[in-house]
Amino acid sequence: MESLGVLLLHPLDTYLEQELDRRCRLLRLWEVPHDRRGEFLRAHASSIRAVVIGGGSGFGGNPALIDDLPRLEIIACYAVGYDCVDLTRCRERGVRVTNTPDVLTDDVADLAVGLAIAALRRIPHADSYVRAGLWKANDGHYGLTTRFSGKRVGIIGLGRIGLSIAKRVEGFGCPVCYYQRTRQDAYPNYIYLPTVLQLAANSDVLVVACSLNEQSRGIVSREVIEALGPTGVLVNVGRGAHVDEPELVAALADGRLGGAGLDVFQAEPDVPQALMALDNVVLAPHMGSGTHETRMAMADLVLANLEAHALNMPLLTPVV
Amino acid sequence: MASSSEPSALPTLLVFRVRELRFLAALRERYRVLDFFTSGSPLAAFLAAAAGGADPPRALVTVGGDSVRVDAALLDAVPSLRFVHSTGAGLDHIDLGECARRGVGVASSGTVYSTDVADHAVGLLVDVLRRVSAADRFVRRGLWPLHGDYPLGSKLGGKRVGIIGLGNIGTLIAKRLAAFGCVICYSSRKPKESVSYWYFPSVHDLASESDVLVVACALTRETRHIVNKDVLAALGKDGVVVNIGRGPNIDEAELVAALKEGRIAGASLDVFDKEPKVPAELFSMDNVVLTHHVAVFTTESRSDLRDVTISNLEAFFAGRPLLNPVLHS
Repeated sequence: MESLGVLLLHPLDTYLEQELDRRCRLLRLWEVPHDRRGEFLRAHASSIRAVVIGGGSGFGGNPALIDDLPRLEIIACYAVGYDCVDLTRCRERGVRVTNTPDVLTDDVADLAVGLAIAALRRIPHADSYVRAGLWKANDGHYGLTTRFSGKRVGIIGLGRIGLSIAKRVEGFGCPVCYYQRTRQDAYPNYIYLPTVLQLAANSDVLVVACSLNEQSRGIVSREVIEALGPTGVLVNVGRGAHVDEPELVAALADGRLGGAGLDVFQAEPDVPQALMALDNVVLAPHMGSGTHETRMAMADLVLANLEAHALNMPLLTPVV
Repeated sequence: MASSSEPSALPTLLVFRVRELRFLAALRERYRVLDFFTSGSPLAAFLAAAAGGADPPRALVTVGGDSVRVDAALLDAVPSLRFVHSTGAGLDHIDLGECARRGVGVASSGTVYSTDVADHAVGLLVDVLRRVSAADRFVRRGLWPLHGDYPLGSKLGGKRVGIIGLGNIGTLIAKRLAAFGCVICYSSRKPKESVSYWYFPSVHDLASESDVLVVACALTRETRHIVNKDVLAALGKDGVVVNIGRGPNIDEAELVAALKEGRIAGASLDVFDKEPKVPAELFSMDNVVLTHHVAVFTTESRSDLRDVTISNLEAFFAGRPLLNPVLHS
């Protein structure tokens, strides 16, 4: 695919960038000053046939960018979530879209459970306590946390990631309930609840593991947060936009919500200042798939999809 | 509260280092509690007064750790003692040989802690491999917008986890990690017939075949420094150590040196050689996770602990079999 002109919007991953450079004709948008980007895109419009974007960074706040690329044939998402892509527009133009499902399922599930334990058992808080020399200073007086095993886990979205989370928490004796648009009869061990509100009311730990679309935007509302309650913990490994973030911050600050483990935020990489001051929350910089092994597998999948496209072969993981 | 001059129908109980008010209150409801740490007396005087009283104590509750050691000297000082209940997770503060010689029964707090310790071990492992605490610091310092994405961690799935000590806690850790796709192997004094995990008689060999070493064994003479320089070398530069046993299970100076020199990849530690002192070199390392011996401290385990302590004491005083005997009286 040496003649395939690929526009990479953000650095994303060194290996991915190196391979794109080696195997395609790579253009790096982030190296172009913002005020020159329009000019840059016009200059290269005739050669850009592919765009590669990340899950968190997306189109960098400019979803209409694809309108400036008349020769665009394929958008390859280095992510499983493709909420930043206007699929309708892509279908209209015949632009293919791919993502990276499956290869990152386990990593995201691992982090979701890790964040839940970290929040309930206050591990990062304890780590900071020790590093600040407070153990020696206070000689052992510290609060009690709450047991993770046996907690009721409610999962919004029992897809690949949701199922992977369910399997892990079962090992801790956690009963699992879930909400999604349709019941999944294949999993009789997991209890289906018909609304997110009921799910939150019946959970100690509520995990957001669904894709972001019109129905799921803001699905974790103030009501849901309050139903989860002062001893409840929210874990978000979906998208920041799944949650009413200002309500979340307020509820965490005044104790209407017990705690949270958050990998995603509304305006990444900006995290609300008020969250950073709280010790009942664990904050992660969108690293659900952030392991060497998985990022390489994701990169290989992006490259394989681009190559298949270049060779007019079936795409491996098409969304559109 | 009865004054010391009034006779008490409640049996006398010696108590060492029970600080929780709810726990003390529960004990005081049932026993005439002689609490060393609020007595203000030096140990010898306290024991002499207890032994010389109208109803000398037949039972003792001790928490372990830096608390009073139950040894020949203490048992000589209070010959009425026939039963010791340990509320700690370990028994290294009790001279079991001396108790056995004197027919003094010993009960532990059994498995009340196992779940929480196992959960903490898993939390510590995910943290060090996926950099949860380090990334949390990164975000709180405002570095995400400045530096972009945080450095990558390491996937759990497929990692070979070598558990040193497959007792209650080790078994629960194994079950949890298996669901994450880890491959479990272990070392212990004898292989366990009931499990299918790969057994290694030598900790060195276990370390050679592991990506992660989890210390989940009791502290005994044999297990002191069970993780030593040789074992760390066998684990190798991509290996990670998790310790939820006792600090002295690991040669701490060697561990710190190995971390400083990059001879192992990271460590996640809830226990240290000389708590509450933690080697200062660790404070600047992002590939270590440090917690202050909190693996057992949940509200649920405190509640379970009160229940099991009282159950064992009631059994002893009623002449019934102990629930969690280490030694029978």
